[in-house]
Amino acid sequence: MVPSDNARHRAKLARQFIEAIPHAAALGMRIDGLGPEGAVISMPWDARFVGDPRSGVIHGGVVSALMDTCAGAAVLGREAGIVSTATIDLRIDYMRGAARGQRITAHATCYHMTRSVAFVRAWASDEDSENPVAVATGAFTYERAGAATSERAGTATDERAGTATNERAGTATP
Amino acid sequence: MTAPEPVESLRRRRDDALAAIVQGIPYAAWLGVGFDRRGDELTAVLRYDRKQIGNPLLPALHGGAIAAFLEIAAVVHLTWARSWDGMEAGRIIPRAGDPDSLPRLPKTIDITIDYLRSGLARDAYARARIVRSGRRYASVQVEAWQDNRDRLFAQATCHFLMPQDQPPLPGGK
Repeated sequence: MVPSDNARHRAKLARQFIEAIPHAAALGMRIDGLGPEGAVISMPWDARFVGDPRSGVIHGGVVSALMDTCAGAAVLGREAGIVSTATIDLRIDYMRGAARGQRITAHATCYHMTRSVAFVRAWASDEDSENPVAVATGAFTYERAGAATSERAGTATDERAGTATNERAGTATP
Repeated sequence: MTAPEPVESLRRRRDDALAAIVQGIPYAAWLGVGFDRRGDELTAVLRYDRKQIGNPLLPALHGGAIAAFLEIAAVVHLTWARSWDGMEAGRIIPRAGDPDSLPRLPKTIDITIDYLRSGLARDAYARARIVRSGRRYASVQVEAWQDNRDRLFAQATCHFLMPQDQPPLPGGK
């Protein structure tokens, strides 16, 4: 597939999305893929992120952060013109601990969108990609460029402060 | 009848035990989570740091940082509550830097988080409540707020698999 301008634009937005999220950057997240079909984001194992030193298993909250970020990215990547997302709710099922020293990768798909809500499924695994570490289901609000706000980050802040989207916590992108 | 434990000793013993349990979770320190204690009642405190931010424009805390904060609050509360009698009786003596002295942590089965409003760029607090605690499973609810206790910004329900009966802890009797 030849990347269209739209696809390139979305990919650029996605990279900015990660770079603009201090929490994602602090956890060392990296976008490995993004498009209308979904998002892939990974992060390295790190001793500081361990939940139980006896096993070396990464804390569940880190996996939550990875899947939450990935889910937000999947909403962003689904259509051109979506400029921000915020989590309404997220359910995470933990299947097993991620193995010590292994990179963790999350995949997310936005499988349905209404005018104001995006529904997302995500899963995460370590290097054994056949056996998920965790799966998540979430609902997200999102905002389109030019809807309640302009696309430019610098000018958007004040206008966005009062919108329904930003009543919610979670992730967003400039 | 033995003499009551001197208050200084009692205070230090409980604070040390709590600190040891929390230090047993490295990610809690990285994220900036600590605990206030009043008797056996705990309040989890998320000390604000920019690395917790998810939306720098608002700014707002990251949903993942909030999820981790609530999960840590629930796990520590559950572990603390289930160890309380053993700690008071001197059978469980959690010591920092001695993993074998720590009560084993419950494993999270699932967590559902409601994001009720933006987490602001300031400290946050959380309290957990054990809805049911059985031999194998426990259900815990957590509420989190910032400025006003009655204005929650997030809440969660979590299910845990309890550690199964373990040999007496070294350091216990």
